[in-house]
Amino acid sequence: MMDTPLHHIGRDRSGPGAALRQDSALKHTTGEARFTDDLPMPAGLLHAALVLSPVAHGRLAPIDLSPALAVSGVVAAIGPGDIPGRNDIAQARRPQEHMLAEGLVEYWGQPLAIVVGETRDAALAGAAAVRPEIEPLRPVLSVEEALDSGAFLMPPSVMTRGDAPAAIAAAPRRLSGLFHAGGQEHFYLEGQIALAIPGEDGDLVIHSSTQHPTEVQHISARILGCDHNRISVQVRRLGGGFGGKESNASWVAACAALAARRTGRPVKLRLGRKQDIAATGKRHPMLFRWEVGFDETGRILALDATLAADGGHSVDLSAGVVFRSVTHALNCLDVPAVRIFGAACKTNTVSNTAFRGFGGPQGVLLMEDVTHRIARSLGMTQEAVRERNLAGGENDEATPYGQKLEGDLLRRVWAECQDGADWTRRRAEVDAFNARNEVVKRGLGSFVLAFGISFGILSMNQAGALVHVYEDGSIRLNHGGTEMGQGLFIKIAQVVAGVFGVPVERVRITATSTAEVPNTAPTAASTGSDLNGWAAQLAATTIRTRMAELAAAEWGVRPEEISFEEEEVFAGNHRMRFGELAHRCVQARVSLSSTGFYRTPGLHWDPVALRGEPYFYFSYGAAVAEVELDLLTGEHRMIRTDLVQDCGRSLNPAVDRGQIEGAFVQGLGYITCEELWWDDQGRLRTLGPSTYKVPGSRDVPAVMNVRLLEGAPARADTIFRSKAVGEPPVMLATAVWNALRDAAGADRLDLPATPERLLMAARRGACGQQS
Amino acid sequence: MTTGPIVFTLNGTHRALPPGTSPTTTLLDWLRGPAGLTGTKEGCAEGDCGACTVVIEEADGARVPVNACLAMLGQVHGRALRTVEGLGGPATPHPIQRALAEADATQCGFCTPGIVMTAWAHSREGGDVHDALAGNLCRCTGYRPIVEAMSGLHDDGAAPAPSPTGPATRLEAPGQVFHRPATLEALLSLHAAHPDAWLLSGGTDLGLRVSERREMPAMVICLSDVPEMKGLAAGPEGLRVGAATSYRQLLAVCEADSAMSPFAGLLRRLGSRQIRGMGTIGGNLGTASPIGDALPPLLALGATLRLVGPEGRREMPVESFLTGYRTNALRPGEIIQDVFIPRPPTGALFVAEKLSKRPDQDITTVGLSAVIGLERGHVSLARIALGGTGPRAERCSAAEAALLGQAWSREAVEAAASALEAAIAPLSDLRASADYRRLAAGNLLRRLWHRQTEAA
Repeated sequence: MMDTPLHHIGRDRSGPGAALRQDSALKHTTGEARFTDDLPMPAGLLHAALVLSPVAHGRLAPIDLSPALAVSGVVAAIGPGDIPGRNDIAQARRPQEHMLAEGLVEYWGQPLAIVVGETRDAALAGAAAVRPEIEPLRPVLSVEEALDSGAFLMPPSVMTRGDAPAAIAAAPRRLSGLFHAGGQEHFYLEGQIALAIPGEDGDLVIHSSTQHPTEVQHISARILGCDHNRISVQVRRLGGGFGGKESNASWVAACAALAARRTGRPVKLRLGRKQDIAATGKRHPMLFRWEVGFDETGRILALDATLAADGGHSVDLSAGVVFRSVTHALNCLDVPAVRIFGAACKTNTVSNTAFRGFGGPQGVLLMEDVTHRIARSLGMTQEAVRERNLAGGENDEATPYGQKLEGDLLRRVWAECQDGADWTRRRAEVDAFNARNEVVKRGLGSFVLAFGISFGILSMNQAGALVHVYEDGSIRLNHGGTEMGQGLFIKIAQVVAGVFGVPVERVRITATSTAEVPNTAPTAASTGSDLNGWAAQLAATTIRTRMAELAAAEWGVRPEEISFEEEEVFAGNHRMRFGELAHRCVQARVSLSSTGFYRTPGLHWDPVALRGEPYFYFSYGAAVAEVELDLLTGEHRMIRTDLVQDCGRSLNPAVDRGQIEGAFVQGLGYITCEELWWDDQGRLRTLGPSTYKVPGSRDVPAVMNVRLLEGAPARADTIFRSKAVGEPPVMLATAVWNALRDAAGADRLDLPATPERLLMAARRGACGQQS
Repeated sequence: MTTGPIVFTLNGTHRALPPGTSPTTTLLDWLRGPAGLTGTKEGCAEGDCGACTVVIEEADGARVPVNACLAMLGQVHGRALRTVEGLGGPATPHPIQRALAEADATQCGFCTPGIVMTAWAHSREGGDVHDALAGNLCRCTGYRPIVEAMSGLHDDGAAPAPSPTGPATRLEAPGQVFHRPATLEALLSLHAAHPDAWLLSGGTDLGLRVSERREMPAMVICLSDVPEMKGLAAGPEGLRVGAATSYRQLLAVCEADSAMSPFAGLLRRLGSRQIRGMGTIGGNLGTASPIGDALPPLLALGATLRLVGPEGRREMPVESFLTGYRTNALRPGEIIQDVFIPRPPTGALFVAEKLSKRPDQDITTVGLSAVIGLERGHVSLARIALGGTGPRAERCSAAEAALLGQAWSREAVEAAASALEAAIAPLSDLRASADYRRLAAGNLLRRLWHRQTEAA
């Protein structure tokens, strides 16, 4: 296997496929890049702070804000009664979700009121002075309790194919299992922030660190009770999002908007890290219960599984998360008879939300637990059991909901990964190491992924772009996607540069703005490049067509004969600088501005039958991980990882590699060290990096081989046949779970696999106990 | 005692702050606010993410990265500082800024200025890249490109910017006084006169009260300029370490002293370079935390303290000094002057172990340090100390007794580990359950046997 030196691919080119660096890289390293908190302070700026609930569940008396107003420097204190519009931040309009609690508090850290001060310290002191009156009620803190008492946020989904219970009963062998995966805090380095600046006639400009500017606009308008057209949301960049700034950024911005409306002055709301972690949602913890029937060859005949997501106190995005968990519960495996029960359970914790992978990282755990247990019971390897059941080949390619996987690609990514990882030799080496060592054991694990790309909600699969060409041939690009470090802006600029045949430097990348491109979807679900890339391509192509028509008329050729390359336009012996043609177009009164609009074709879904084709295509990946575990302490270290990721024909291999590596390490944190811990009163106690541990540089495998699957352009009609890459590699870290179980010799290993869980699991394994 | 403005050198330029500037304002708030230098970011305000990393330029050329979120203006008074803006801008980037940009080492870019400053310090200080990066979190890249870029850096050779001369020893703002006494005598008289004043050493703990809790102390007495508290002398018996000596300096001495190498290994995992650049061993002792990282090895080695106060000087073993949960034996007006850390006896086993959820920059779940002496195959000395398993760091006499006089064997270690497990009553909290702590503490002792026999 060769590791392609991705750094150097196409550095000299600038269109699609070139490995260009993040558009702001040098501004980042010099500190010049402005994040929302770095914008120059508008005159008269006020600062807001939130009053958060000190209890997890209780009846809330109308809040007395006078103590806040008594604090020096406090300008206003705002409770739910001060909301001119609707106190509702729900995605769908039902059921209502309060921005500021009314009557009932449902989690520790829930926003109750907003205090506005001349300084941030004054606002914080004012907020601290408020003493909410709450009559405590017993909080429900465990997903088990919620599941067993039927406390669901919405009706559960049940996806079936065949008669799973009967097929399990008839199967030659049966097993059952139970495990729990914890949540995950996004820990974007830049906390939630918004700056709202009032203008004339109720206009409001909001600078927000959001993945969803349109929703910031909609929720702010709903809170203020005004038309959407009064609110303009601008986003140049986010200091990380990862799903945490999809819905949660909206209410933060709406709080700032409300405070600005109330005071008539610009207001900034920046959550400190502890408030941010307390008040904003996380990845859904999930409880899994399963029963499987299989035969002596390891072929799985039937599966009956329950996936119970801890949704927290409100729905937020739980419907979509559960949908994705359920549609990814079999991952890339074929099981003839299945029953998957997926539910969002209600607990008195913060409302869990989008997080890179959106239910996928939880859903794909199921078959790893099942195949691991089957392998142990049959004395096979987990890899053999997985291969026996892989979709395609002699097995069915269709998922239980009817959409087909590509079995050939699945087999290819796994074969390339296994070969590159030198699996056979290393398996023998690990076994030999373990025979020699009593208290330090190594483990080898693998994983294969099929991840569906598209938003689960049909209407969200749309995007717009706005492209202008100026008379000097410079180009201005705007689209609905937000830049949060994932390299979206440079990728879309490459698409546009490619259409016009100009260097990417000629394309000016501009801040996302609801005033330029309206009614957009969030930058989420890995779809940023897929959707916005097409929209920008269409906008640019419209302009290029007009330009080509003019050139064709001048030169007496057909428009199809005109080429745009290297900042020149030519046909036969005719040629002209791109800027010259732009100038002539303006003189000839040809419009050089166009919108572009894209909607993903072919998607359909029957929400009653749970059947259809909800995904435009699947992204495939495979991973092998090796770990070393200390059986005395539960400490482990990563030795090596080999990853193969299908990116189709990559738009930007450097950016894609960064996405793969970064996502894998984020997944590694989910699998190993990132643990959220609540006390028995429902107070989250891991509120900052001192107690909530995301991976550090030493936690990354010393050897991390990353390959983009080559020669595999997307079969769906994606932008330049590329594939999405933001989320899938998060799940490749699942291989680490398998490697740790291999090292620990354990049946059950809950997540995150902290030293404590590993030590206890290894002891159970050593005692030969069933979990 | 001289009263005057807060002064420091910032990016090579002398700055004298306007009268009335609060000396307990964090450096970060001042940079991002009045100074208008927004390149330095706030990621956590608790000294753990590194987004606010700036560098102190020492007169000897050393570059000490620190967390601007924890450093008060009064603490950096008299120093020379550099921020990301002081390295270069987009038109004239420093080679390190260019190297990180070209390596694809930035994605969202919010952690990046802090990483640039860490890298700039590292280009001079050297050492392991992961040690250098332990105080900087990146949530986007997965670190590979950062580590690669940082592995190939060159020292730019730049001389340190000069620090201001003759900075005032007393800083004032409305309702606040910040003292920087320059003699032990002055310190003791201030401390006696103002028993409620904050005694500020590195500020890695107290700094949280201004950074996160937004407190405005009326009086602070900073210990950084007292010469008697700053010495670090290596003698034949051990190290004498001034209480206000930074962990950075202590680590350098321990790294050069083979007998102390286990202690050095533990110190490398204490906080991060940023924390070790400010934090002091006196601060760790003064707070008497039940999990103070450096306390178990001091107990195992039999370290002693010199305390000085209105009634004179006295010496005391560390184990007598730590009296309970966050309490110590200091009398009113008394301070810790220095600590004497004996080397382990020649030929003795010495380990300083720490368990945590993450290897770097994490607070100890369980710490165990031990000094075991062997004579003719029998245990002649056993000093075993634990952290994180009770209200204070302390020795485990049950485990020591189980070992002493026994033949050094797996059975004897097993008996000692069982005795240790029976003797402690740890708590369950966010770091681990009581069961894990008990079992892991015993196993750290068992591991000592495994490691020793493997090495033999």
